[in-house]
Amino acid sequence: MTQPLTYFKETPSQTAGPYVHIGCTPNFSGLEGVFPADLGTKMLSGEAEGKRIIIRGRVLDGTGAPIKDALVEIWQADAKGLYNSPTEHRGQADPNFTGWGRCPSDMTSGEFVFETIKPGQVPFKDGRLMAPHVTLWIVARGINIGLQTRMYFSDEEKANADDPILVRIEHRHRVSTLIGTKSGDEYTFDIHLQGDNETVFFDI
Amino acid sequence: MSNQKPETGAFFQRDRNWQPDAYTPKYKTSILRSPQKPLLSLDGTLSEITGPVFGHNILGELDNDLLLNFSKDGQTPVGERIVVHGRVLDERGVPVKGALIEFWQANAGGRYRHKKETYLAPLDPNFGGCGRTITDENGGYCFRTVKPGAYPWPNGVNDWRPAHIHFSLFGHGFSQRLITQMYFEGDPLIWMCPIVQSIGDKDAINQLIAPLDMASAIPMDSLAYKFDIILRGRRSTLFENRREGN
Ligand SMILES: [Fe+2]
Repeated sequence: MTQPLTYFKETPSQTAGPYVHIGCTPNFSGLEGVFPADLGTKMLSGEAEGKRIIIRGRVLDGTGAPIKDALVEIWQADAKGLYNSPTEHRGQADPNFTGWGRCPSDMTSGEFVFETIKPGQVPFKDGRLMAPHVTLWIVARGINIGLQTRMYFSDEEKANADDPILVRIEHRHRVSTLIGTKSGDEYTFDIHLQGDNETVFFDI
Repeated sequence: MSNQKPETGAFFQRDRNWQPDAYTPKYKTSILRSPQKPLLSLDGTLSEITGPVFGHNILGELDNDLLLNFSKDGQTPVGERIVVHGRVLDERGVPVKGALIEFWQANAGGRYRHKKETYLAPLDPNFGGCGRTITDENGGYCFRTVKPGAYPWPNGVNDWRPAHIHFSLFGHGFSQRLITQMYFEGDPLIWMCPIVQSIGDKDAINQLIAPLDMASAIPMDSLAYKFDIILRGRRSTLFENRREGN
């Protein structure tokens, strides 16, 4: 006999359902007066360091139609590559930048939009730098467990080529599903749940 | 305040046999919304090990009181008054303190307060249906509400959701992010529901069913249900390579 290995099992996920807004962005769903503002709508205040950018995209289903009831969250480092998190042990992140944003898909167009800053580079475990990136988490009706992926930046070709995560993608043409396309100060990033352009999702 | 340093290890690999599959055709919406290619499996980096943490300053006094946070003139909603409480732990059994929990639900008649909701059951003028709280030093949380009603949904011709409360949780790392649903002990609709059945393991489904907790009921006031939630656990970093200065 051995001692029992006493670990718990992670609580199973369930779909966020069609009314995820009630809990996560109640003001957006027309439920006003409970919380003063929806969390995650504002990622930076005036003093925040770094280049202001906009990330804009849609979540597309297997027919190519935009999903109109998704909730997208992003998490990213500040301009110096530090995370505004108690588990960040490398230094103090910019106090004027939360690093976390939440946006429901527009109920008509399906578009999500984040006003943020371009993140700095963050080291991989072995010390190599990862290319600048934003982590995304997507939930919606019909999605049984939240989907995690990353957006990299189309104007960071050199850093992207050396990125320790991107090099792990076996089918090289799929790397492009993780690159936001720059146009001025905006990056467009559509997330394809299925099909030839299916976004690379992470189990991480 | 404790002076214990926050833990910085990567999270245990997610047990994808315990978690629901993405493609569960009896839940029809999943058919076109489930990735079909393999996930890219990787050990967590700083981008996943870190995560946003929220302070108590975001909370209003009534945020965990759904009986009063939408009340008009102090009137409370119709329905069975309940307290929901429990602890948030990680897979190692370590309490997750300071975790933001958001919850939302239908009213006692099974109706959600949402622009897009059209079910014929009436809205309750005193019930909004959303709340939030942050776990204490022991990972504990509680809120009070009314027991939500079951409701029909367009999947099969006659599919009904068992009574449930939706939960959204933030741990200390972004890869702990979780959305789930709590069900109520003894509800026969649980075992008929295609959304519940997206989970293949019966023991995993049982983990979502909150027992009636008479020890925490408030006499002449509210029944209570206990719902513990487990987030992914962190590896110890004791023997992991660290660069100088880290
Ligand atoms: Fe629901």
